[in-house]
Order: sequence, then structure tokens, then C-alpha cells
Amino acid sequence: MVESSMLTETIRDIVQHHSGMPTRLLQILRDVQDRLTWLSPETLERVAEELSISPNKVRSVAEFYSFLYTTPRGRYDILFSDNITDRMLGNRELLHYLCGRLKVSIGETRSDGLVTIGTTSCTGMCDQGPAALVNGYTLTRLNPSRLDGIANLIESRIPLAEWPRELFEVYSNLRRADILLGRHFADGSALRAVLKRGPEAIMEEMVKSGLRGQGGAGFGSAAKWISCRNAPGNVKYVVCNADEGEPGTFKDRVLMQDFADLVFEGMTLCGRVIGAQHGFVYLRGEYRYMLNPLKATLQRRREAGLLGEAILGDISFNFDIEIHLGAGAYVCGEESALIESLEGKHGVPRIRPPFPTTHGYLNKPTVVNNVETFAAAAKIAVEGGDWFASRGTAQSKGTKLLSVSGDCERPGIYEYPFGITVNRVLEDCGAHDAQGIQMAGPAGHMISAKQFDRRICFEDLATGGSFMVFDQKRDILDGVRNFAHFFVHESCGFCTPCRVGTSLMRDLMDKVHTGHGTRYDLEEMRKLGRIMQAGCHCGLGQTAPNPVLDSLDQFPEAYERRLRSTAYEPAFDLNAALEEARQLTGRSDPGAYLNEEDLLVGAMP
Amino acid sequence: MIEPRLKIATCSLAGCFGCHMSLLDLDERLFDLAERVELDRSPLTDIKELGECDVGLIEGGVCNAENVHVLMEFRARCKILVAIGACALNGGVPAMRNQYDLKECLEESYVRGMGLVNAQIPSDPEIPLLLNKVHPIHEVVKIDYSLPGCPPSADTIWTFINELLSGQAIVLSYRQIHYD
Ligand SMILES: Cc1cc2nc3c(=O)[nH]c(=O)nc-3n(C[C@H](O)[C@H](O)[C@H](O)COP(=O)(O)O)c2cc1C
Ligand code: SF4
Ligand code: SF4
Ligand code: FES
Repeated sequence: MVESSMLTETIRDIVQHHSGMPTRLLQILRDVQDRLTWLSPETLERVAEELSISPNKVRSVAEFYSFLYTTPRGRYDILFSDNITDRMLGNRELLHYLCGRLKVSIGETRSDGLVTIGTTSCTGMCDQGPAALVNGYTLTRLNPSRLDGIANLIESRIPLAEWPRELFEVYSNLRRADILLGRHFADGSALRAVLKRGPEAIMEEMVKSGLRGQGGAGFGSAAKWISCRNAPGNVKYVVCNADEGEPGTFKDRVLMQDFADLVFEGMTLCGRVIGAQHGFVYLRGEYRYMLNPLKATLQRRREAGLLGEAILGDISFNFDIEIHLGAGAYVCGEESALIESLEGKHGVPRIRPPFPTTHGYLNKPTVVNNVETFAAAAKIAVEGGDWFASRGTAQSKGTKLLSVSGDCERPGIYEYPFGITVNRVLEDCGAHDAQGIQMAGPAGHMISAKQFDRRICFEDLATGGSFMVFDQKRDILDGVRNFAHFFVHESCGFCTPCRVGTSLMRDLMDKVHTGHGTRYDLEEMRKLGRIMQAGCHCGLGQTAPNPVLDSLDQFPEAYERRLRSTAYEPAFDLNAALEEARQLTGRSDPGAYLNEEDLLVGAMP
Repeated sequence: MIEPRLKIATCSLAGCFGCHMSLLDLDERLFDLAERVELDRSPLTDIKELGECDVGLIEGGVCNAENVHVLMEFRARCKILVAIGACALNGGVPAMRNQYDLKECLEESYVRGMGLVNAQIPSDPEIPLLLNKVHPIHEVVKIDYSLPGCPPSADTIWTFINELLSGQAIVLSYRQIHYD
């Protein structure tokens, strides 16, 4: 009884800390889990009671997000980042090594409840992997000796706060700067510009700049702001998309870490232009280590009169920013799913139209932009639209931050004017032996050396910024298979073509990768891919087959050499599928086996 | 001129015979059918040996070693192989056991079941050995056509067979293959 009243009290405190707002459900569940290590059915019921919402709603949110646990976890919860770039750096060996050291198997909690070790999607540390999260905090550049240290810390039950700082050190690896990162920006200068010249003049500069969304889709940013500004209603919102879930992308991490003022200033500017007083940063759960520093930056800006009430002394200029932490769901980067998540729900994409500019957060007009877009907007307000438009190509103005990782000497962030060739990037990052690039992440496109003279811009190769290099010694299909598994994990399950399609694609890919596929399977993959592109509800499912379809076209030999010559092969090992029953019955008569030689006779159509 | 009658064979693997019942639901249309096709191996004829056939209709998924043998034999002897019903297409009801280990399933029936005497997991070469999971038939052999439904209606089966026999592209109305 005592325990249960303590539980109630803990939860009541946390809920009150969030002003009892159901829109903060995800944040509340995160905080509760921080205290209790997992969310038991009883815990979830208490949360529902305290918020006066249905327990089912709370449960559905708890079950949706990868970083919320509805089964017990260890006091130390370790998740290895499992992107292909982590794999290139040997993360699987390290994962097994740590499991061995701590005597626990993958995905399980040790019987003494001390530790759980599992895997998670890309954590955005591709230039300094292999990476992992411990209780949500980023560990970088893992190697056996670091893992020895970590194992000792865990066995001696040292609180996380006392672990050596260097384990958590995240480098920026800024390798090339252009107009966005290269020039000094004086805090407050964009806000002074809008106060001096008025929102209309700033809008004009935005139009002149030709700035397009840097999250990947490239929608005109001025058009988005104008549409929201003109939407009816007094209450509007600004949302900064810092979910950065696309494997291989980490440029928003560097912007938030080193240029947060620029980003916050862009958001505040947007608030003034569209008439919003409230902004959110949706920070991916993997970047939790930045939460407190960012909160401190916000506080500093309030104290400097750059945020909050009466900004720069103008009593009509009120705008504040709140940071909302995600919880491990790639689909929450999709703007309407992101808004659902901000509202405290599970992140399933909405039906669009209506678009967020008219019906966004709480159905109010909302601008959702990528981190880099806001940073560029702040600069444009100060330096002018023409200045920005002097860089880049006809349809793609300005610059682009690329997150370069994989097989190269100098992984990190590279800022280039739009229109740069792939070859130039490869040269600069020291990738001498590339056979292929995964451009714009798994949802983007895979290109082979034949296409390295293509240009990075919306007219040719569009990108949100991910640039993963595969050199000649890599097996391209390792990457494709990794991405197929990624999409299965990240599908939100709302629509059938994606929920089922991603799993079928994974199974076919596994079959081919392990040398059991035939030409027939490749045809099935193409068919399935077309169905997914046409039938899925959101961009996740529509782009999920891209790595398979691209590699079939660009790297046919990677498939050819593992195909069987037969017309058809079963999807699973028939004889192995009898093993369990053989064990249970102890049978060894001929009928207890399905040998390929006996079966294939005449089995072909 | 009398056209040679096409040969059709049918079988039920891990299914409930509901799809075969649906075939029987053709009612008086069975007479028309009988004039145009000859039934080879099928539960309806009780012929046990499969001959060379034009079309094989398969009900049910694959749950044991015998199913694998029968299905492969059908594939080898039939020019066109058709999956009929949810179980053949997806595993259906029998595949609901896939969320448990085979051990759990067998123990539930043969060890913990009510009123058992000398409870034990049966081990007899006469009994086909179970696969660890139930599979749709397209995961074991190549399938040419799939007719969804649980079961597909007699009407659907009728349209399908008619159009297949006439050699034209098979067109089924929305209602015949959708259940929403
Ligand atoms: C599955 C999926 C994931 C996405 N993830 C992100 C993301 O992490 N960051 C981002 O800025 N945009 C992401 N987007 C694009 C957003 O929906 C939206 O277009 C973008 O945030 C708009 O900002 P922008 O115009 O400044 O690019 C994603 C889209 C989809 C379909
Ligand atoms: S396409 Fe995938 S992620 Fe998008 S709504 Fe459908 S199931 Fe969800
Ligand atoms: S599809 Fe339905 S009717 Fe046909 S065998 Fe399966 S359960 Fe029976
Ligand atoms: S709900 Fe089952 S397919 Fe739509």
C-alpha cells in the first residue's frame, strides 16, 4: 500500500510539473520512466487518472514509441546504434563483446535487473561511431577498451552522472563552411531587422532568397510562411523539426549543438512574420544529451530580451519556445505525425490536405520547418535575399549541409553551394575508392560510380543531407538489407501496404542476401516496391522500397552473383522447419526429413 | 467437335474444407462444369493418385511434411496452380499457432489437455511431422493465381474457372474478391 501511494505521489508530482496538460503526455511518460525505469500497467493507469484521460490512450502512446518501455528494463539500459555506418565500424562485434562482458543476451534484461542491451536505429553519430545510448544519453566512438570501462562502471553500479565525461563527448567535425556556417552572426540581428523593416519586407527577402525546405522535400519556405501568415485565426505556431531520423543525417545535431542561437532566432523571426507567439522544437529522443544545454540557451535568450515577453523592448513582440523530446520514432519526422506527437498522441501521419499551414498543432495554422531552414531564414533576414540567392543553381538557391559518413577519411559536416558534384564531395572527404553513395538516406537514392558527376540540387539529386559512402570492399546488399530492416522497425503500422509491404520486402531481401533467392524473387521485389510507392499513406512507406529498387538497377551484379539458377526457391529451409518437431518427438524415420534432393524432383513448374 | 476436357485436381492442406464446400456450392452449375472438365485427384472423387493436370486448386496452408510433399507434387503435375482461400494465401486460421512455439502447442493439446490418460506428445511415423510454423503455399511453390476469401464464394470460383477455361484474361468484380 505504501509503495502504491508513493507511486501515485511520484506521478502526481510529474504531472503537476507539466501543468496537468494531456498534450504533454509523451513528456510526462518520459519523465515517469526516468524515475521508474519502465512503465508498468499500474503506472500507466495512474497517469491516465491524474490526467483524466482514458487509460487506452495512455497505453497506445506508451506502446508506440521505441524508447518507452512497457516491460521491465535494466537500471542501465544500453542501445547500440545499428545503422549501416555503425556496422561498417564494427558495432556488431562490440555489441556481442559487451553482452559477453556483462553476461546478458541481446534484447534481454539481466536477471538481477541491472542491465539491458539492445539495438536501435541510427542515433545520428555516424561520423563518430560506433555509437550507443545509455539511459538515453549518447556514447560515441566505442571500442573494446571503452566498453571495458563501461562494463566496470555498470557492475560497480556507478550512477550515470559520475561516469567519465569523455565517454559522452560529441564532436562537431565541421569540415567545410560556406555562407551559413562561415560568417559570424550577431545574436538578435535578425530580430532587429524585422522590427526595423517590418514583416512584409522580410517576407520579400525570403521570396527573393528562393530558400527551399532543407528537410528534404524542398517546399518553398516563403510560400509556406505566407500561407500560414494569411491563414485565418489569432493563434498560430512555429515548429522546428529537429527529429533528424533519416539514417546517416547529423547536420541538425551540429546546428543545435553549435548554432542553437541562429536556429532559435530563425524561429522567433518566423513567429513575428506569421503572427505566432509560441514555438516548439521537436528534438529527437536520441539527442537528449542536448536538452539541458538548449534549455539554458533559451533562458539566456530570455534574459537578453531575445525571447519571451516584449522582445527587444517591443511590447507587441512576444514569442517563446518549448522543447519537446521525441522517443525513438522515425515517422515522427513527418510533419503531421510530428504534430500528433507534439499533441501527446502516438505519431501516425494525418491525412493531408489540410496542411499544417492552416490546420497544424491543435488544428491551428502552423509552420513546420527543418532546423537548417530556420537557420538560413535568420541569415537571410540580416544579409538579404539576393545575398543568399547568389549561391546555388537556378532552382536551388543557397547552400546545403551534408552529413558525410561511411568509407572516407574525413567524415563530418560539409557546407556546399547547391549544384556541387558528388565527385567533389568525395574528393574533399577523402573517399578514394567509392563504389556507391546512399544519397539522402535510405528514403533517398543509391547511386553508383557511373553517376558521380551528378549534381546535388533539387534539379538533379535532391537531399536532406545524408551522404553515406560505400567503398569497393563493401557488399552493397549489406546496406540494402540493413535499410529494409530499418523500415520494418519504423513503419507506424497504420496502413497495410507499408505495414505488410516492409515486412515482405525484408523477408525477400533476407532470402536473396543469404543466397536462397531466384530471379522470380527479384521480380516480386520490384512488384512489391511499385505497390508500396503507389499505395502507402505517407512518405515513409512510399520511399521504403527505394534502396531495393535503386540497387536492383544500379548494382545488378550484387544480386546476380547470389541468385540460384532454379526458377523458384521456397521462402524458408523446409528441412530445418521440421527440426523442432523432430526434437519433440524423437523421430528419425525418413518421413521426419524433407531433403532437397527428394523434393525438387519434378517440383518445377 | 468435342473439345478435350480439361483436367482439374483439388486438395485440402491445412484448411477446414470450407473452400471445398464453397466449390460444392456451385450447385446445379456443377453439371455444366462436369461437362467441361474432368476431375482428377480430389476429395470429391476420392482418387488418390495425381495424374497430369491442367489446373490444380489448393485449399489450406502448409503445416506439415505431408503438405509439402502433396503441394510439390501438385506443382510438378499441374500446369496452373491456384491458391484458394485465406489459409492458402496467408496461412489463415491454422497460422494462428505461429505466435506460439510448437512445443507450447503440442503440450497444450497432448500434455495439459483435459481428460488425458498417459499424456505425451505423439511420435508415430504414420503421423506427418509438423513444421515449426504454418506457411502460405506461395512460400513453398510458385503459385499462378490467388483467390482471396474465407472461403471465396461459389460465384467467385465459378467466374474464375469459367474465364480461365475460356482462355481470356480473368476479371472478377470488386464484390467477388473484396469483403469490405
Ligand atoms: C518519414 C518521414 C520522415 C521525415 N523526417 C524528417 C526529419 O527528421 N526532419 C525534417 O526536417 N523533415 C523530415 N521530414 C519532412 C517533413 O515532413 C517536412 O517536410 C519538413 O520538416 C518541412 O520542413 P522544411 O520545409 O524546412 O524542409 C520527414 C518526412 C517523412 C515522410
Ligand atoms: S506509410 Fe507506413 S509510416 Fe506512413 S502511415 Fe502508412 S504505415 Fe505509417
Ligand atoms: S480459407 Fe476459410 S474456408 Fe477456406 S480452408 Fe481456410 S478457414 Fe476454411
Ligand atoms: S484493417 Fe485489415 S486490411 Fe485494413
